[in-house]
Amino acid sequence: MRRWRTLALKSRHLLGLEGMSKEDIELILDTATSFKEILERPIPKVPTLRGKTIVNLFFEASTRTRISFELAEKRLSADTVNFSKATSSVQKGETLKDTARNIEAMKIDMVVMRHSAPGAPHFLARCLDVPILNAGDGAHEHPTQALLDMYTLREKYGTLEGLNVVIVGDISHSRVARSDIWGLKTMGARVTVCGPSTLIPVEVDAFGVNVNYNIDEAIQDADVIYALRIQMERQTSGLLPSSREYHHRFGITQERLRPLKKRVTIMHPGPINRGVELASDVADGEHSLILDQVLNGVAVRMAVLYLLSGEEGTVE
Amino acid sequence: MKKAQVLSKEDVRRAVTRIAHEIVERNHGADDLVVIGIQTRGALLAERVALKIGEIEHVTVPVGILDITLYRDDFRKRLKQPLVKATKIPFDIDDKDVILVDDVLYTGRTARAALDELTDFGRPRTIQYAILVDRGHREFPIRADYVGKNVPTSRNQEVFVKIEEVDGIDEVTVEEVEDTGSEK
Repeated sequence: MRRWRTLALKSRHLLGLEGMSKEDIELILDTATSFKEILERPIPKVPTLRGKTIVNLFFEASTRTRISFELAEKRLSADTVNFSKATSSVQKGETLKDTARNIEAMKIDMVVMRHSAPGAPHFLARCLDVPILNAGDGAHEHPTQALLDMYTLREKYGTLEGLNVVIVGDISHSRVARSDIWGLKTMGARVTVCGPSTLIPVEVDAFGVNVNYNIDEAIQDADVIYALRIQMERQTSGLLPSSREYHHRFGITQERLRPLKKRVTIMHPGPINRGVELASDVADGEHSLILDQVLNGVAVRMAVLYLLSGEEGTVE
Repeated sequence: MKKAQVLSKEDVRRAVTRIAHEIVERNHGADDLVVIGIQTRGALLAERVALKIGEIEHVTVPVGILDITLYRDDFRKRLKQPLVKATKIPFDIDDKDVILVDDVLYTGRTARAALDELTDFGRPRTIQYAILVDRGHREFPIRADYVGKNVPTSRNQEVFVKIEEVDGIDEVTVEEVEDTGSEK
C-alpha cells in the first residue's frame, strides 16, 4: 500500500495570520508551489474538489480577490456560488446570522467571505460548521493577500529570513499591511512602516516593526518596497491633504529609487493608483513583481482551499 | 513480524534492464518514447528505465514526474490532506508512447488516477504501464505491460520497495503486518 504523508493546518479556518505558526505558513507556501505548476498545464484543472460547493460571500466590492478565489475554486473543480451585496437580500435588511443559516441549509461545504466589519468571518466561523476563509474583513486582516505576497517574495529570494521590507502608505486603514506584518515577522523578515503620521497607528511599535516617517530614509536599506493603495474612499476625515501631496512626499518614483545602492523589488496589492503611490514607470518596471503577485494569488488560494477541505472522518 | 527479501539490489538492476529491453523491443526502438514515473519511488525507477533505454538505443529519453495526489478517489474520506508533491512533465505527450512507471501495482487505484491525470496533459498514442512488483489484489480492471516480479501476497502483508536515492539501498521486501483492522 502506498504510504502518504498527511498534513493539516492547525486551524480549521483561515481567519488571519496573527498567531499563525511558521510551520503552517510554510505548509501553505510549499503546497502552493505544486499548485502553480497546474496553472501551466494544457488543461489547468484538477478534480480534487469535485462535488464540493463553495460560496463566495462578498459583502464589500472586490474584483481581483473575488476573481482570484473563483478561479482557484474552478481550477480545483469545485462548484461555486457568488453572492455580492448589491444583488443580495442584505439590501433588504437580512442579518449576517440569517444569511449564514440560509447558507447552512443549502449544504455549502466552504465559505469565502469579505466584509467591511472586522471580525465578521470570525462571527460566521462560530455560527457555521464549515471552514471559513477570510477574504478581507474591514481594516483587520486579508490573510490570502499576505500569503501570496510572502510566496512571491520567497520565490524571488528563496527565504524571507532577514529580508528588509518597507511598507509604505496608509497603515491605519490597511488590512493588507496588518496581515503582511504578522506573516512577515513570523517568517523572520524585518519590516519598516512608512507614511504620513496621520495614517500610522499610534501604537504601531506593538507590531514589532520599525517606523520611519521619511520615505527616503526608510528605503535606504530596503530589499522590497510594498506600496499600499491610497484608498480615497476611506479618506473622508482630512487625514491626507491631497493625492498630489501624497505622491510628492511618499510616492515611489524612479528619482527616489535611483540613489539606492541595492536593487529594490516593488510590490503592490492592486489596484494601483498610478501617479499616486507608484509612478507608472516604477509599477511597470523590471523590478516590479506586481503581476507575479496576481498569478501567485491563484496558486496560493488553491493551496489554502485544498488544505482546509479535508473532512472529519477516518484517515487511511 | 516476518520479513522476507524478494528482490536484492542485483535483482532490481536486472529487472530494470530487462524491462528496458522489453520496452524497446515492443516499441521497435525509442523514437517516440517518453518515460513518466509516479512520485516518489516510481519517479526514481523511471529515471533508471529511461537511462537504460538510452544506453540500448543511443538516444536521450525524456523523463517526467507525476504526482497523483489531486486525482485520488478517496478525497471525501479524509481529515488530513496528503502532501502535494511536484508534477513535472516538461514536454508534449501528444502522439507519444508514454511508459508510466511505478514501484508496486496493488489495487490499481493509483494507476487509474495516473491515467486520468496523464490524459489531461494531452493525447498520447499509447500509455504502457511498467512496474517493479505486482502484488495482486486488483480492485480495478488494470494490468501492467512490463513487470519486474510477480509477488503473490496476502492482504495482511506489506510490500516495501526501497530505492537507493531515498532509502540508501535497492531492495524489495514483504513483511507480515499485525492485523489492526485499520485498513478499511
